[in-house]
Amino acid sequence: MTRLADAFARGRPALICFLTAGDGDTAANLDALVAGGADVIELGMPFTDPMADGPAIQAADIRALAAGTSTADVLAIATAFRARHPAVPLVLMGYANPMVRRGPDWFANALTDAGVDGVISVDLAPEEDADLGPALRDQGIALIRLATPTTDDARLPAVLAGAGGFLYYVSVAGITGKQQAAMASIEENVMRLKQQTDLPVAVGFGVRTPDQAAAIARVADGVVVGSAFVELVGEHGAAAPAHLQALAAGLSAAVHAAREAHA
Amino acid sequence: MSSQPNSFRNQPDECGHFGQFGGRYVAETLMPLVLDLEREYRAAKADPRFQEQFDDLLEHYVGRPSPLYFAERLTDALRMDAPEGMGAEVWFKRDELNHTGAHKINNCVGQILLAIRMGKTRIIAETGAGQHGVATATVCARFGLPCTIFMGATDVARQQPNVFRMKLLGAEVVPVTSGAATLKDAMNEALRDWVANVHDTFYIIGTAAGPHPYPELVRDFQSVIGREAREQMLRRTGRLPDLLVAAIGGGSNAIGLFHPFLDDAEVEMLGVEAAGYGLDAKHAASLAGGAPGILHGNKTYLLQDEDGQITEGHSISAGLDYPGIGPEHAWLKEVGRVKYTAVTDQEALDAFQLLCRTEGIIPALEPAHAIAAIVYRAREMPRDQVILANLCGRGDKDIFTVAERLGVRM
Ligand SMILES: Cc1ncc(COP(=O)(O)O)c(C=O)c1O
Repeated sequence: MTRLADAFARGRPALICFLTAGDGDTAANLDALVAGGADVIELGMPFTDPMADGPAIQAADIRALAAGTSTADVLAIATAFRARHPAVPLVLMGYANPMVRRGPDWFANALTDAGVDGVISVDLAPEEDADLGPALRDQGIALIRLATPTTDDARLPAVLAGAGGFLYYVSVAGITGKQQAAMASIEENVMRLKQQTDLPVAVGFGVRTPDQAAAIARVADGVVVGSAFVELVGEHGAAAPAHLQALAAGLSAAVHAAREAHA
Repeated sequence: MSSQPNSFRNQPDECGHFGQFGGRYVAETLMPLVLDLEREYRAAKADPRFQEQFDDLLEHYVGRPSPLYFAERLTDALRMDAPEGMGAEVWFKRDELNHTGAHKINNCVGQILLAIRMGKTRIIAETGAGQHGVATATVCARFGLPCTIFMGATDVARQQPNVFRMKLLGAEVVPVTSGAATLKDAMNEALRDWVANVHDTFYIIGTAAGPHPYPELVRDFQSVIGREAREQMLRRTGRLPDLLVAAIGGGSNAIGLFHPFLDDAEVEMLGVEAAGYGLDAKHAASLAGGAPGILHGNKTYLLQDEDGQITEGHSISAGLDYPGIGPEHAWLKEVGRVKYTAVTDQEALDAFQLLCRTEGIIPALEPAHAIAAIVYRAREMPRDQVILANLCGRGDKDIFTVAERLGVRM
């Protein structure tokens, strides 16, 4: 079983935590998330033009790039993480251009060497899969696709073709950040997605608190939290790990126990 | 080029690809909308009533057809230092005489008719120089739709008259402070707004770039320039021009002029990018100094570093200050049908003044780049040859920038 499949096969929902690579002491920050109970790490590749991100992640990308973070640095962070945490799945999230810059095969090989399990490419629509999908799948790296409130049943098969790892349900039609979708709509959509795929379904965008995360975990296989962690890095700098671990611990406890409480 | 296509005019393919360029690289939230837009555009194209409405507005609201003008004194001035027998005739397509002062309005009229067809009730747009913002605000006022214009804070500061124009027309102007606070950042912010408001909002993109079908539909709306010019030239001179010249920001005025001539093998074409401070310094020439990549919904030539991070361009012309270029130009460059060159800020400024004094026309800084390229090309061409350039905008908006660069206090 792959690391990613394993993370969703523990009989409880998974907590997926996002941080931007190169924003602060990323190694220490990632270790804090794992110590706090993160089941999957999503590592953001900073990009100059993060079109689908709100102010928190835009600011993190700017901080990371201003600190000189290169693609080689992102890969080094991933490689070192894999050495420290052999079993924790690691997913790279970012925009297509930095991923395809040296060609899809170069990128897929580099990710294999770094021990990366999956890729989320925000602006690589399924229609443009050829730019990256085949190279990743050849190397056994999951191309994790996004579904949104605007992805209707007729379109869903196109999104699922070639998808791997888990299906990421973006719960709001909008950018990353603070708005949150109504629980009823999340539940309805997750049910709809699960009728068409056996992949685990994780829900993200706008999730910040243990209560929100628990409510989602009752209906979904995973919960993604990003901006709330990224803001802590921006706010606390070198002192961020303690804050990250505390938030991750609160979230993971809520997510992992979500179904027991309501069993 | 071993295998030339039968026609250069049947791009893109059904997936929006111009060769390896173009496509639909957008977040999933936008994909259904982009597919919808394509369906609606196909239906509109096949609907004679849509075409009639478009033509009627172009004639009576925009003021088309724009004149085709023989620039006799400019031609003479360039012949003065041309070798014996050289110095081609220079003609202009006068799109600076359009309502709102540039070619941008042609596209805005087409897109707002599409928005209305799709039942959208709110319009957004990005703008650099403010010309596309003014044109968008204009058609929104004309059709009574609310509109929000995203404009980099740097551009808001250097294009104050256009900011005020947009406000007079009832638009909300949102200054964008992310990145270098110029056109690409305004486009990012417009995309963020669009993702959050897909249910009621139509995004009027201002150049022949973005996700399919935008490059195609903007080209089609702007092709009125080339169709008119081709017919006017044939009627006036009985022949086609030998060389077409147009400035390139995202490439909409250039593709609008070029496209109807692409299968006229005897017509050469030259696109002129902004070389800013020089191609070895900061510039905005993505074909001359960039590499293929993915940004703002399409694959095309981009100014970027070895990691695929987008780099900031520079041009004295805010309308050319964009690190990308429409995908059809990227393809036309690769297949060799169109040649591309670049001229510096200084060369554009010199050409700007030359046109003012020889023809009594104050051009925008964007077409001043095209004129600068003509200064070099005309003297290499025999006197009986004809150059046709797109005078795609007037310079009222630029007089403050030019005064500053010339050291004149106003
Ligand atoms: C007068 C004028 N010409 C040209 C441009 C550049 O755009 P494009 O290359 O799409 O024609 C602009 C953009 O603002 C403009 O205002």
